[in-house]
Amino acid sequence: MSVIYLLISVSIFVAICFFIAFIVAVKSGQYDDDYTPSVRILFDDETKINSQNNNSPIEEKQV
Amino acid sequence: MREQSCFHCGLTIEQNEEIDFDDKKFCCTGCKTVYEIFSINDLTSYYDFEKSPGATPQDIKGKYDFLENETILAKVLEFQEGNTSIVSLNIPHIHCSSCIWILENLNRLQQGISTSQVNFHEKKVRITFNSDVVSLKEIVYLLSSIGYEPYISLENYGSAKAKIDRSLTYKLGVAFFCFGNIMLLSFPEYFEMKEFWLDSYKPFFRLLIFLLALPTFLYSASGYYVSAYHSIRTRMLNIDIPIALGIIVMFIRSTYDMLMDHGPGFFDSLASLIFFMLLGKMFQIKTYSFLSFERDFKSYFPIAVTKINKDASEDNVAIYDVLKGDRLLIRNQELIPVDGILISESAEIDYSFVTGEAVPITKKSGDKVFAGGKQIGKVIEMEVLHSVSQSYLTQLWSNEIFQKKVDQKHKTITDAISRYFTPILLLIAFAGFGYWIFKDANTAFNVFTAVLIVACPCALALTAPFTFGNILRILGKKKFYLKNAVVIEQLAKVDTIVFDKTGTITTNKKSNIMYEGNSISDSDIVLIKNVLRGSNHPLSRMLYDFLPEAKRIVVEEFQEITGKGILAIIGGKEIKIGSGQFVNDIVADGSEIEKTALHIKMGEIYFGKYTFQNQYREGLEKLFANLSKDYKIKVLSGDNDGERSNLEAILPKGTELIFNQKPEQKLEYIKKLQEKGQNVMMVGDGLNDAGALAQSNVGISISENVNVFSPACDAILDASEFSHLNYFLKLSHKAILIIKMSFGLSLLYNVVGLAFAVTGNLLPLVAAIIMPLSTITIVSFVTLMSNYFSNRNL
Repeated sequence: MSVIYLLISVSIFVAICFFIAFIVAVKSGQYDDDYTPSVRILFDDETKINSQNNNSPIEEKQV
Repeated sequence: MREQSCFHCGLTIEQNEEIDFDDKKFCCTGCKTVYEIFSINDLTSYYDFEKSPGATPQDIKGKYDFLENETILAKVLEFQEGNTSIVSLNIPHIHCSSCIWILENLNRLQQGISTSQVNFHEKKVRITFNSDVVSLKEIVYLLSSIGYEPYISLENYGSAKAKIDRSLTYKLGVAFFCFGNIMLLSFPEYFEMKEFWLDSYKPFFRLLIFLLALPTFLYSASGYYVSAYHSIRTRMLNIDIPIALGIIVMFIRSTYDMLMDHGPGFFDSLASLIFFMLLGKMFQIKTYSFLSFERDFKSYFPIAVTKINKDASEDNVAIYDVLKGDRLLIRNQELIPVDGILISESAEIDYSFVTGEAVPITKKSGDKVFAGGKQIGKVIEMEVLHSVSQSYLTQLWSNEIFQKKVDQKHKTITDAISRYFTPILLLIAFAGFGYWIFKDANTAFNVFTAVLIVACPCALALTAPFTFGNILRILGKKKFYLKNAVVIEQLAKVDTIVFDKTGTITTNKKSNIMYEGNSISDSDIVLIKNVLRGSNHPLSRMLYDFLPEAKRIVVEEFQEITGKGILAIIGGKEIKIGSGQFVNDIVADGSEIEKTALHIKMGEIYFGKYTFQNQYREGLEKLFANLSKDYKIKVLSGDNDGERSNLEAILPKGTELIFNQKPEQKLEYIKKLQEKGQNVMMVGDGLNDAGALAQSNVGISISENVNVFSPACDAILDASEFSHLNYFLKLSHKAILIIKMSFGLSLLYNVVGLAFAVTGNLLPLVAAIIMPLSTITIVSFVTLMSNYFSNRNL
């Protein structure tokens, strides 16, 4: 039955890991801007679809 | 004919003015150029995310030359080391996903930019670039050329990045973590199972619970101890005293119970209580990151101006380095940063930032020009009379009202109630203790602590945050943005409302245009419209929009004379549009205050004039009629009393009208009202109201476009919602009513809990049920009530 010591310790340990992850996420400013990333994540795909759809002969200008 | 809109900016294209390019239609070459830039760089998917997302690029030649100045540059940059620089630029035009996309792909447009990241709500883009390859000035020019001109003001000058206070989030996180785990571990205790194996692990469970309760008690709740301590020191009994007392007693009693093996203690209730109270605090804070309530003149003023040296060379100097006697060069659309004397022949100065007046004022050589005006038209030269801090407008900010940091001008309703609550609570606790001490000392201590625990006014403390938080959100949806929750309480206390006139009760978007004089034929109106087309003067634009749609006729000669008017020739006919003096040699006789007007002369015949009158906001009459039932209304104006008779006709009788008020006088006027014991709400718009807004109990600033700038205030109201002001005020009264009702409800819970407590029957399980139950009912009650009141027609 002493396995319960182990189980509870492990569960608390896992919980603490998540808690630390939360603190780190807050500290990094992840929650400061809750809108822009949601738009940003959609961008890459749309650009790809676009370049496939309109095969316009636009040359990449070398700046 | 079908209306066409520009592919880039979406504005309606004027007839016959469209520009075709790449099978797309544009309204002007500016928009076309932006499209060209994007298509060359394979960035046309800009137009896929949103229809017509762009803005027409403005001419900014010479405007950002100051970014070459090393010292100014260093102040603007956020970070600089080696050749890596980071800058955060405020771009007002950011409004859709296309904007985010193009601004985050800047590196494809310009070499040297490594990354750029947009913060949509703050309308900011943070650019990391290599300063060896590209300069900030080049980046600003690039942004401007694609229609995203950054807004660089004196506020950017050496402002250290304010650290964001995230401690509440941490505290809430800790409380939630501990609360959840304690609840899980307390489960066996709730059912009082007498099973052998659970019993044998009891000490282990309790130890864990105790360890988990420690961070909540010591860290998460620390704010309450500090606040309680301060309130005892200042002898103001606030709500945090009984809270802190309850928490501490709860912790000590629980620890004691656990050590003595009396029971599991109240650690679960303790953690849940702290968690819910912190949640309420969090909910009450609703920030609008795209708004700023702390703006002073710095966010309007430029960082640098062009100074003309003795040897006629030009230099960019920081505003703070401008001295008396310097000569400055002010370009089109640039702000005059200091008081001075006009040296150039004439200037058109737009004071809409300051007074809210849309029509520019004409100044002649030798006239005094005041800081805060915007030059429209030609480049002008001026000589400085006062440095920035000494100027007429900026002096306002040296008034003590701006120095004081007034956090809490008012005692909140919760604190007012807790003034009675705390003594009564202590009285009951001691009475219970006194009663039991003669019977059983052990029960006496139990009763004493139980009273403090149960009466811990968590429901009371939750009422206000949740009500105000909800009302704050409701008002925000209705475009009335409050700085914080305290403003709602202050709104409910207001008994006097002071309005600014120009720009507040009048709109600076539209003008009432009336024609006086000989009748003009339709064909002549077509001529006038065509002449006005070429002019950028605000009056011409207004009249142009006012006149009916007309055919295009080629204007043979066109000359715009600053401060006077337009001289044009169409079909051999000379047309003069402008001031009376210019058109018809009418010398203002001074007896009558000259109204803003455009005079018309065609050939040799003088026709008449179009007069511009302030247009009052829609619904003004009704609003004032409603407001005057409950409030004293006063109107303050910086203008002369030419409008007095007009105003008196519109406004309800007994409205006090005061004219010719300087910014300081407005402030003093509010102060005097307050000394008479009145709670004043000031409604204003321009920088000249800033003092009055700060002095008043509630300062509301009216803004035509909330994304642009409004002076420091307690609340920002979108101008389109102006007529609903009465509704907002009524809603604030309802908020107070809701709080009072729910105070009654939570006191009921306290009475029930106390009944358990004084009889010595408070079991941990009962406490664990009563406390969350009261919390949840209170929260749902106030949320339902505030939604109900906001939807009802008040």
